[in-house]
Amino acid sequence: MGELNTAMIERYRNSFLKEVEANVEEGEWVKMCMQCGVCSGSCPLGKFWEHPPQEIFMMIRAGKREAVLQSESVWMCTSCYNCIVRCPRELPITHIMHGLAHYAKRLGLVPKTNPTAKFAQMFWDNLMVKGRVNELKLGLALYFMNGFGDGIKVALKNQKLGMAMMKTGRMNPKEAFGGHAVKDLAGFHKVLKKAQELEDARIAQNGPSAGA
Amino acid sequence: MTAVVATNETILVVGGGISGMTAALEAAETGKRVVLVEKRPYLGGRVSQLYKYFPKLCFPTCGLEINQRRAKQNPNLTILTMAEVTGLTGDKGNYRATVKLSPRYVNANCTACGDCAKAVTAEFDDEHNYGLGKRKGAYLPYRMAHPARYVLDPAIIGTPDAERAKAACRYDAIDLDMQEETIDFPCGAVIWATGWKPYDAAKIQPYGYDRFPNVITSVEFERMADPTGPTGGKLVRPSDGKEAKKVAFIQCAGSRDRNHLLHCSRICCMASFKQCTYVIDAFGTDARINVYYIDLRAIDRFEDFYQKVRANQNITFIKSKPASITQDKDGSPVVHGVDTEGYQRFAEPHDLVVLAIGMEPSVDPASFPVPIVLNREGFIETDSANGGVFAAGGAADALDVNRAVQHATGAALRAIQVVNSVARAEV
Repeated sequence: MGELNTAMIERYRNSFLKEVEANVEEGEWVKMCMQCGVCSGSCPLGKFWEHPPQEIFMMIRAGKREAVLQSESVWMCTSCYNCIVRCPRELPITHIMHGLAHYAKRLGLVPKTNPTAKFAQMFWDNLMVKGRVNELKLGLALYFMNGFGDGIKVALKNQKLGMAMMKTGRMNPKEAFGGHAVKDLAGFHKVLKKAQELEDARIAQNGPSAGA
Repeated sequence: MTAVVATNETILVVGGGISGMTAALEAAETGKRVVLVEKRPYLGGRVSQLYKYFPKLCFPTCGLEINQRRAKQNPNLTILTMAEVTGLTGDKGNYRATVKLSPRYVNANCTACGDCAKAVTAEFDDEHNYGLGKRKGAYLPYRMAHPARYVLDPAIIGTPDAERAKAACRYDAIDLDMQEETIDFPCGAVIWATGWKPYDAAKIQPYGYDRFPNVITSVEFERMADPTGPTGGKLVRPSDGKEAKKVAFIQCAGSRDRNHLLHCSRICCMASFKQCTYVIDAFGTDARINVYYIDLRAIDRFEDFYQKVRANQNITFIKSKPASITQDKDGSPVVHGVDTEGYQRFAEPHDLVVLAIGMEPSVDPASFPVPIVLNREGFIETDSANGGVFAAGGAADALDVNRAVQHATGAALRAIQVVNSVARAEV
């Protein structure tokens, strides 16, 4: 990952905007931002962002590559879509934030302790096994994300909720042993493999060796 | 029966606002026969609803008076009020227009004495004040309406109010048997000057125009500032009538927004600067004004006016398109957003919020009587496919009064060229 990062720096040198346009999902929209600020004001988590979306767009244009890609802000988006609905230029802001997060992940620049990134990885790994999210395992993994002691504490706190979910059939303790899968698990893995190939091809097209 | 003398050398002007009046007068003063059709009972359009003009802060009544005098003394001009074009057939140089005339129930005997208005009791929302005040069922639309003739609201016809109005009239001017008429006449060219309308502010959902009484539009604020307006010129909060000393202006309310109007409405920056001076004039150093903007577009000679407003210590410019407005327990609107200069969040309460509302084109392509080319913003495009139909002023673009008048003069010239070619063909 470090290698890809170095290669991208080498390729795009002074234009982080061009790098974003070529490599980040919906990145070509960034230049359309007119800095009105309606997205930042509309974000329900706005006050927790170090850099609100409008500032992120300005930082991209200003070439602040590390500050953007290593920022916790792009991981703050909860996909409420308030910003997209209100943006006077119809920028797909939610998607750009996810695109930036995804690109930062590809380059290995995500802050190590970012909880959203950690959970996203956990969710992905869980989903990959059986093609379905094993909620029992995912829930437990989430509880123990920050260590054993912390996990027990959270588990005890949510005991009542867990029991109620089991009672109504929303959570099955048997899922701890393997868990159920999608009907065609092999087919599911094939689909993902193909998607990965397409994504790799797309990256190669815009990536460090393209056009060389 | 209303009779209109017209030939295919006549120019039809649709809309009697400042653009239509200008086009009609310019053409009529060159000796062309002109028929001016206006939907309202009087001429002047939205200009008659302005308190002051920018940037000179002079009164539109002045220019309207000149135009009214020009209209009165020109024998080539026929003015039809309460009239709407319902049909147009034919082609460049040879049209036939159908016009529907709504009954005014008041004839030319009217001296505008006002006795009928005193006699009637029913009240209605006053259109001239954008519904901020009330008017009687027998009314003069505004004090310098031209024609200076009262109107009976059709809703009072058949009620005792109508009889009371008739009984009060000393000049036999009230005719309750007046009927709707449809007339048709030939014309060679058409100037379409139906102007603009304020964008429906309730559609900008986060600003709560439909929920908060102290969030109003710029056109409403303009009426409020007028001494002949619904508040007698006092700037107050509609909710409790308290003085509105701390006022927010929100620019681009509906304009430059792909969810609303695509275009920049061009007038709103200058209109808000002008309205800032109303607040300063009313409250002096007690005034607190915040102007929220994306960027300010005071071009050319307007720059001086902008600099003058900007220099005022009581006016603050905040570079931010506010995200939303809420209401606090005192009924004060609170403006929320993030300041682009420094990315600071704000939640600022005000006495009154004025939305600098955008200009929406008035042209409906579905009901337009002949094929017409519109641009993507909905304004009429200059296109040879439009034949002898020429747009003037607000029907053609978002224009201020100055530019609308210039544009209307250009449209008049185009129409004159068409009827001149008709005249030559017949020689």
